[in-house]
Amino acid sequence: MKFVPLLISSLTTILLIIVFDTRWGPAPAFGEFLSPQYGFWQNAEPVDKDFSQDLQLTGLKDPAEIYLDDRLIPHVFAGNEDDAYFIQGYLHARFRLWQMEFQTYAAAGRISELIGPKALNFDREKRRLGMVYAAEKTVAVIEKDPVTKAEADSYTAGVNAYITKLKESELPIEYKLIGYKPELWTNLKTALLLKYMSLDLAGFETDFEFTNLRTALGYETYNKMFPMSQDSLDPIIPADTISRTPGILVKAPAGSDSLYLQKKDTLNVKEVTKPDKDNGSNNWAVSGTRTKSGSPILCNDPHLGLNLPSLWYEMQVSCPTMNFYGVTLPGSPGVVIGFNDSCAFGLTNGGRDVRDYYEITFKDDSKKEYWFNGKWIPSDFRFEHIKLKDSVEYIDTVAYTLFGPVMYDKSFSGSRKTNHKYYSVRWKGDDAGNELLAFNGLAHAKNYADYTDAIKYLFTPGQNVIFACKNGDIAITAQGQFPAKWKRQGEFLMPGTDSSYMWQGMIPQSENPSMYNPERGFVSSANQFPVNPAIYPYYLGVDYPIYRGLIINRYLSQMSEIGVEDMMKMQLDTYNPFAGMARPILLKNIDSSALSDDELKYYETLKDWDLHYQAEGKGASVFNILWDSLKGIVWNDELEKAGTPILYPYNSTLLEGILRDSAYEFIDNINTPEKETLKQDVTLAFHKAAATCRQLDHDGKLTWGKLKSTRLEHLAKIAPFSRMDIENDGGEFAINSEKKDHGPGWRMIVQLTKNTEAYGIYAGGQSGNPGSVYYDNFVDNWAGGKYYPLWVMEKSDETDKRVKAIIRVTK
Amino acid sequence: MSKYILSIVVTGLLSFVTGLYMPWWSIAIAAFLVSAAIPQKPAFSFLSGFLGVFLLWEVLAWWIDNKNNGILSQKIAVILPLGGSTILLIVVTSVIGGLVAGLAALAGTYMRRLIYPPIPLAETA
Repeated sequence: MKFVPLLISSLTTILLIIVFDTRWGPAPAFGEFLSPQYGFWQNAEPVDKDFSQDLQLTGLKDPAEIYLDDRLIPHVFAGNEDDAYFIQGYLHARFRLWQMEFQTYAAAGRISELIGPKALNFDREKRRLGMVYAAEKTVAVIEKDPVTKAEADSYTAGVNAYITKLKESELPIEYKLIGYKPELWTNLKTALLLKYMSLDLAGFETDFEFTNLRTALGYETYNKMFPMSQDSLDPIIPADTISRTPGILVKAPAGSDSLYLQKKDTLNVKEVTKPDKDNGSNNWAVSGTRTKSGSPILCNDPHLGLNLPSLWYEMQVSCPTMNFYGVTLPGSPGVVIGFNDSCAFGLTNGGRDVRDYYEITFKDDSKKEYWFNGKWIPSDFRFEHIKLKDSVEYIDTVAYTLFGPVMYDKSFSGSRKTNHKYYSVRWKGDDAGNELLAFNGLAHAKNYADYTDAIKYLFTPGQNVIFACKNGDIAITAQGQFPAKWKRQGEFLMPGTDSSYMWQGMIPQSENPSMYNPERGFVSSANQFPVNPAIYPYYLGVDYPIYRGLIINRYLSQMSEIGVEDMMKMQLDTYNPFAGMARPILLKNIDSSALSDDELKYYETLKDWDLHYQAEGKGASVFNILWDSLKGIVWNDELEKAGTPILYPYNSTLLEGILRDSAYEFIDNINTPEKETLKQDVTLAFHKAAATCRQLDHDGKLTWGKLKSTRLEHLAKIAPFSRMDIENDGGEFAINSEKKDHGPGWRMIVQLTKNTEAYGIYAGGQSGNPGSVYYDNFVDNWAGGKYYPLWVMEKSDETDKRVKAIIRVTK
Repeated sequence: MSKYILSIVVTGLLSFVTGLYMPWWSIAIAAFLVSAAIPQKPAFSFLSGFLGVFLLWEVLAWWIDNKNNGILSQKIAVILPLGGSTILLIVVTSVIGGLVAGLAALAGTYMRRLIYPPIPLAETA
């Protein structure tokens, strides 16, 4: 009997330990998670932490130094290039490990491993698009080239040098919360990260929406709703620099008018996640003829998703053969946007449609054979093993045709329930390319020739690559490997029973629109059409915003004696050129005699608005609400016939429609016998908008800052790790294109004087650790429109007071 | 009384040391060993084990939090959810450690009693 108390107390202790060592649902295991020696407390970094250390890294060839400055920007001085990439990998892992691995999980369709079956559709979509298949092909290409093989291998070794020494207590907090551990890094993970960017930037398409619209409304109506040109377009390359004899003569297939453009088709497919249309950007470079210093200035502000940890990690990497400064992507070696001792380079998204669908006719549900060019031919299969947390593995069988993977079939229709057809996706991102070589070339570029040589390796995502050099050169190229398309090719689902609708080839590199030292003294891009579509021999698609491009070119063409402070002012400019064109016609068509006193108040607000997106004002809000209201009134009657998902015609289409013709045909509500006028529509829109404004005003949410409410959401949507409700200036149509969760997350200005003078800031902080003071320490300054000087350190600056910590690395 | 205080101090110190080399639950081993070594009444041994680790974790968490200016604890106290209160988070942390150690200490005392049965009160009187 004497054993009983011992037995009971021992068993209770063990039971309690088991309870506290187990994860219950989404909650972490409390014993370990709360233990000050193991759990989250270990991620609470002292605010005055000294990052200095002596570090021994096996695999390094020569000793190296890493100087961390007061913003925690590393300035790496390595003995050779392999070491430089090795240390870059080490630092990415040291400061951003969870983020870089999580993004590759998302790219590879492995989120179900972390959170269970609720992510299965998300994962299947990535697998079926061919993300892993594409990454595997990309690794083969990267490893075939000795330069990129050495770069990727060194980077991977550097990441792993950190991971293998990582103690349990040092795991980034997200691993502790979600309950998993980092895997060793591989070149495949690097390739997956690159594909993640390709999907974000070159994965956008609206083929299903367009097909539904065309089927419901007919091609003629569609053609008016999505015209192939824009009245107020100011393209990236203004002059007719395009060769008159194109390298590829694209021809629409015979009978495509009736078999394609006029086809009736009902679709039951909807994407689970759509890459964001808001991925815009600005870049421009002015030549010395327009600057105060006489040297070129290059500016770039990419507007990608705003998240924490930030997409960007800033660094300087120096070795005897290379010295670059700029923003890098944790998960990939090299620099994306930045400068070296000779030149600067930047990017905006090309936005071309490089993702199309083909309807496949399989012999039967086994998908083993499909009809192509008059006979049954065998398909390939790829088995996607999707591990599910706390469940059995899910095996997705994906058929591959000559067009590409069969993304949608009877077993998968995205977020819809049923689908009775088979659609192969032809996505440019599924082709192999060696984009690492392009960025490697830019990091080394000394002149224009090096630039043109480097960018030809940039296939996907297509980017407007801008360039400026200390010798005075400026240039821009609408770069990428793009399919040569005939008019409207790939805008709708295409027949996949023969080769006639396939892409007929890729546009030759020499025919990518490009401009070098133009007489006007500047080059620029803001995601608009690369050239006037009327003069380009290949179809460019329809989805290009025009207003930022307009205002950038208007400003630049009027400026002279430009200094960096003028460029800052311009990047932060909040003028809304779209409203500048739209407000007069709206005001003219609001019947102010029909407005109540209350409504008149908002009418006055709109009228008195200075056309700038100011956080504290209400004018931008009233305009936006009114425009959205008008869009609904004009388009909803047509769109309702097409079924979901709804896709509104672009803002420029409606504005140019009513500017061109006050009796624009879509003004009429097709559901009423009466023929509505523009005045009726706009006045009705204003009544509705005023009601919305009144409600928002009542709740104290009508100021533009509150209505827009910019946020930096944590990548795993963990709310306390996010920064919400940032009330800053800017908006969609302005150069300072600040939106809810997209915006100029990195702003850079580089003046290419003898000693480079550069400024920049990104929305975030160098550390990915939410327990670090460096997690979000740039955010307030970024939101306030401030810049940091970018310090290009020399090795001899070791004793400079900006150096806060020195990591000495030995092999 | 001095044995009680000694137990608290030694439990805390030993728990810290085992925590450097072993998983978080090594606090149970530390508390068990201490109360198996130092004779105490069961209620006191539970209390000394509890307080030994409670205080250790309290001090460690407070120390870390202080150097961190509460940046992380405030976020975690929203996730858990404890209304964003750092103090509550430190208390919850310490109570969990204390409970495990207290129970283990109790087991330690019963273990000791099995090997060295306590002298009945009547004989000492």
